Amino acid sequence: MKSNVLGAAVLTLLSLCASGTALAQLNGEPYIHDPSTVVYDNGKYYTFGTGGGGLISDDGGWTWHSGAVRTGGGVAPDIIKIGDKFFVAYAVGGGGMSGGHASNVKTMWTKTLDPKSPDFGYHDDSVVASSNGVEDADAIDPAFLYTQGHLWLSYGTYFGFIRVVELDPKTAKRIPGNKPVDVAIDMEASDMMYRDGWYYLLGTHGTCCDGANSTYNLRVGRSRKPTGPFVDNEGIPLLKGGGKLVASASGRHIGLGHFGLLDLGDDVEKFSCHYEADLDRSGRSILDIRPLLWVDGWPVGGDNFQEGMYEIQSQRSGFGLQLDVDFVRMDNGRGRGPGGGGPAAGGPPAGAQAGNGAPRPAGAPGGGGGFNRAPAGPVVPVPNQQLSQVEGTWPTGTVNVNLSDYMVRPNQEWKITPVDGVGGYPGSPYFKIQIAGTERTLAATADGQVVALPAYTGGPEQLWRIDQLTDGTYRIMPKAMPDSSEPVALVAVGASTPTLAKFDPKSDKGRWNFKKP
Amino acid sequence: MGRLPPDPKAANVPRTIAPYFTPATAVPKAPDADGFLQRWLLLEPINKPNRSNDVFVGAYVRKAFNTEYFPDQFTVIPQNGDKVTVANQELAWHALDSANFDVKLFRFAYGLNKPTYGVIFWAVTIVNSPREKKNVRMAVGSNSASMWWLNGKDVVDLFDDRRMVMDDVVSNRLTLNKGKNVIRGAVINGPGLSDFCVRFIDENGEPIKDITLSLK
Repeated sequence: MKSNVLGAAVLTLLSLCASGTALAQLNGEPYIHDPSTVVYDNGKYYTFGTGGGGLISDDGGWTWHSGAVRTGGGVAPDIIKIGDKFFVAYAVGGGGMSGGHASNVKTMWTKTLDPKSPDFGYHDDSVVASSNGVEDADAIDPAFLYTQGHLWLSYGTYFGFIRVVELDPKTAKRIPGNKPVDVAIDMEASDMMYRDGWYYLLGTHGTCCDGANSTYNLRVGRSRKPTGPFVDNEGIPLLKGGGKLVASASGRHIGLGHFGLLDLGDDVEKFSCHYEADLDRSGRSILDIRPLLWVDGWPVGGDNFQEGMYEIQSQRSGFGLQLDVDFVRMDNGRGRGPGGGGPAAGGPPAGAQAGNGAPRPAGAPGGGGGFNRAPAGPVVPVPNQQLSQVEGTWPTGTVNVNLSDYMVRPNQEWKITPVDGVGGYPGSPYFKIQIAGTERTLAATADGQVVALPAYTGGPEQLWRIDQLTDGTYRIMPKAMPDSSEPVALVAVGASTPTLAKFDPKSDKGRWNFKKP
Repeated sequence: MGRLPPDPKAANVPRTIAPYFTPATAVPKAPDADGFLQRWLLLEPINKPNRSNDVFVGAYVRKAFNTEYFPDQFTVIPQNGDKVTVANQELAWHALDSANFDVKLFRFAYGLNKPTYGVIFWAVTIVNSPREKKNVRMAVGSNSASMWWLNGKDVVDLFDDRRMVMDDVVSNRLTLNKGKNVIRGAVINGPGLSDFCVRFIDENGEPIKDITLSLK
C-alpha cells in the first residue's frame, strides 16, 4: 500500500470554474486537496489544504473561492480555535513521495485568518512531532482534538502507525515528556472526535491521489480513552486494520477523505472532506461539507438536502405541512363497484368512516359497502387528486399553513428548489419551498408565523435553510424573520399547528422529515 | 511539499530484523491469543519492480505468481538457510517467528538489507492439527496483493492495492487434515509497507487455536 499527497496548489493552478454544477457540489471554485477542518472567523468560513493556501466562503459556507493564506507550505494542515488563537498544524516532508517517510509536524498560531487584517500572521512555527524516516511512522496529516481541557494531535499515514500525542492547549506545543501512542494502522488523514464519553478516531482507508481511481473511504473506531484502544463496530482493533465505514464514494464523487468536524450546535453536525475526483468538475479534487449523523453511537455520513417534491412531515405529530384550505374529497373509485357510491368531490361522505365514534355509515367496513371485495368490473387505477381539480377552491392571496393527516393531496405537495445568488450555509444553498405547480411560497411573517405567499418575490423570509440533524431528521429555518435577527425554526407548536420559534434540540417539535410523495 | 532526509542517527543504525522477528525453534508453536499464525519460512524478496500498486488486478497477480521463479515453487518445504536462485538473485529462506500478529515483510526485507519495494515474497508454514477439522476457513489480510494455497489448493486471493486488515478475505469452508497441512503464500508489493496476517476461524468466526505450527 502506498501513500502520498498531492499539492493543492497544483490543483488550484489547474482548476477552472465549472459551470452548471450539480446541487450536490459546493458552489464556486472549491478545489482543494487534504482540507483542514472548516473554521469560522469574523463572518467567513476558512479551510486550508496541501500547499500553501486554502479556501474562503463569505456567503455562509456555500460558495468557496481561493484566498486563504497559510505559511510554511507542506501538506495536509488542520486548524482549531482555542481562546483567541487559531492554531494550525501541518507537516513538512514524508508522505511517501519517492519513498520518503522522514517528516515533521509543526504548529503555529494566528489571531485571525483574514489575510487583510493587521492581526494576521503566523507565529511560533515549530516542530511538535516527527518521524525519522526509518521507524514505522510517517508524521503527516495532523489533526487536533480539544476536549475535556486537553489538546490531542493525531497524525500518520499507511507507513506504520497512526499516533496520538498531547499538546498544551495554551501553545499547541508538546506537553513535556509526552510520548506518542500507536492507535491504528492502515489509515491516514486521521481525525478525532469526542462524544458521550467516547473518543472516536476517524481516518481514511484506501488509496488517494489517483483521481477517479482513488479508493479513499472514511472509517472510524472508538475508545473510552483518547489513546485507545480503538475498535470498530465488530470489535476489530484499529491496530489490526479495523474501521467502520462512515462515508465513501457516491454519485459523481469518488474517493472521500480528510474528515473534519464542523459542529454548528443545536444537534447540527457537519463534516468537511475532499473527494479525490468530482466527475462533474474535470475529475478534480474538491471540498465538500455534509451532514454528520449518529446511529447507535456511531457517526454516519449524511447527504445534503436535495431539491425535489416532498411531503414535509412533522416528527412530532406525523402530520404533513399543508396549505390550510378546505379539504376536497376525491373520487375514490368505488362508484364503479358493488357497494360503492362516494361522490367525486364535495358531496356528503356516504362512504366515509366515522372518526368520532359515530355509527359507521353504509359503505364503511362492516357497513355493507363492499369496498373490501374485488370489483365486479375490471380493476382500474384511481388517479391522484390533481391540482387543477382543487386549486380553484383555494383562496387567492396569502394563505395560512397548518399540519394535517397526509393524504397525498395537492395542497400537501411541496416543491423545494435551490435559489441562486442568495448565499447559503455550510454545504448548501438556501431553498424556496412552494406548493407544487403553483407560485405559492412558504414564508416567515413578522409575528413569527408561517404562511404561503401567493408568489416568490425574493425576500429573505422566503428562503429556507434545511439542515439535517444528527438523527436524520431535518431542521427548517427561514433565512430571516422580518424585523428580527433572532434565529428561528419551523416548529410544530401543536400537533396540527406550525409556527416559528427557537429550535429546541431536545424536542421533536422542530424536527421534520422530507418524504417523497 | 519538501522532502526531509532520514534522520542520520536512525538511518545509520545497523539493520536487523529484530524486534519484529526471532529465529524459529524446533518446538511447535501455538497460534497467538487471536489465532494468528506467527511461524513462517520466508524467502528473501524477489525483485518485481512496480512503481505503483494499482496494477495488481487479478489477472496480473495470477500471472505474477504462476510464473516459476525457483524449482518446486509450489511443493517445496524449504529448510532454514536453503537458497534458491531467481534470475541473478541468490535468495535464502529464513525460518522465523513473528513478534506481532502480522508478519512484517517490509521489516524482514529492510532488516536484511534487501529491496523493500517492487518485490514478491514467498511464505510457507505447516499447520499441525490434532484431528480433522471440517468447515474451517482461512482468513487473510495482506499488503498488498497475495494468493494463498492450502495443501496445494488455491483457497484465498487478495487482489488490487490492498491494505492489511485482519480477516479481510476469508476462504470458503475447507478441511484441515489430521496431522500436517501446508500453507503457501505469495505477496506482491510495489511501494509502501508490506505485511500479512493469517489465521483459521470456525463457523462462528472464532479463532482456531488448538493447532500448532512447525516448519518440517
